[in-house]
Amino acid sequence: MAQDENKGIDRRHALECMIWAGTGVLWTLAGGVPKSALLGSAQAAETGFSFLQISDSHVGFDKPANPNALGTLQEAIGKIVAMPAKPAFMIHTGDITHLSKPKQFDDADQVIGQARLDVHYVPGEHDIIDETQGKAYLDRYGKNAKGAGWYAFDQAGVHFIGLVNVVDLKAGGMGNLGADQLAWLADDLKGKSASTPIVVFAHIPLWTIAPEWGWGTEDSAQALALLARFGSVTVLNGHIHQLMQKVEGNVTFHTARSTAFPQPAPGTAPAPGPMLVPAGDLRGLLGVRSVTFQQGVKDLAVTDISLAP
Amino acid sequence: MIRSFDKRWRRARMGALAIGAALALFFCQMLLAQADDANISIDNFAFAPAVLTVKPGATVTFENHDDIPHLVVAVDGKYRSKALDTNDKFSIAFDKPGEYAYFCGLHPHMKGKIIVAP
Repeated sequence: MAQDENKGIDRRHALECMIWAGTGVLWTLAGGVPKSALLGSAQAAETGFSFLQISDSHVGFDKPANPNALGTLQEAIGKIVAMPAKPAFMIHTGDITHLSKPKQFDDADQVIGQARLDVHYVPGEHDIIDETQGKAYLDRYGKNAKGAGWYAFDQAGVHFIGLVNVVDLKAGGMGNLGADQLAWLADDLKGKSASTPIVVFAHIPLWTIAPEWGWGTEDSAQALALLARFGSVTVLNGHIHQLMQKVEGNVTFHTARSTAFPQPAPGTAPAPGPMLVPAGDLRGLLGVRSVTFQQGVKDLAVTDISLAP
Repeated sequence: MIRSFDKRWRRARMGALAIGAALALFFCQMLLAQADDANISIDNFAFAPAVLTVKPGATVTFENHDDIPHLVVAVDGKYRSKALDTNDKFSIAFDKPGEYAYFCGLHPHMKGKIIVAP
């Protein structure tokens, strides 16, 4: 038993290292056993579909950690446009803008629109700091959403749920879903077969990574309890501007890179925030993510692609 | 004639003295109030000082030095700043004695307290 646990840790550690080491490696987690293969972009599309995740584009950010966040978003979209297989759609896991200014939203829309894909957004805390505390975001992206911007949709048998955990934050706490959204989630999942693959996406991680930095969601356990009966749950988050992953039962958690600037790993700096790295290293720490669903395969394949040339 | 002029002169002088004294008192109070005003700096996702004690009537000014915006929100909901970008400031006066807890509306793990005491 103990031996098995050790092996698990080793595997996970190796997986983490591999993710950091390279791009273009396709990771599949089947039954908790990770397998890797060189990425052949065409073969997966026949039996399933792939979609993209971009996150934390912080359009308008111009500080030393990246004086041109719009430029690196443009590079990220360039990578997406150049992909040989067209993804089904894209999700953006928040912090589209840096300061919720109309021009920043406009610039983001103009660049992201060049991918010519449907984009499903959830807000980050930077997207709801206009004078009206989120109205600018909802007017633009929340047409079919409930509450502060949460919603669900289906794609080829996979149920996608976009959650908002950046509003009504409580002193001393972390991210927050709130009772209304949890009630909506319970209702949304009611009657769904346990074999329905579920993808949940939200800005702040739905697992506790670093409470001292607010990297977690206060009431995520209640959401995860509602998801516990499903055989395949993939949780995609942003906010921390670095790759991390965790497997807990049937739930696989992934955080994404930013397209704007990296942040330090917990425990390596006194505080979170934009991390200044040598200019030549920046693009290796930024990136986009491709996620592939294959019919009959429990776990979705996650491929992280850095902006390094 | 001379007497009455002298009397008027004395009255005027007393009036001027009274105005002068009032003005002096006024400026004194202003100086005192200014001396009680205080600043809270936001650096590396933290308020400094995290606990600040001021006299009633003091104005407290927050200034953000991070590359990330922050937002000052009263725990009791009485005030909420706009998003403070790098080097933006937000000032608020505290008239009544008491303890006023606040936090960052974007990064709620950032907390602070202002104690207003005579």
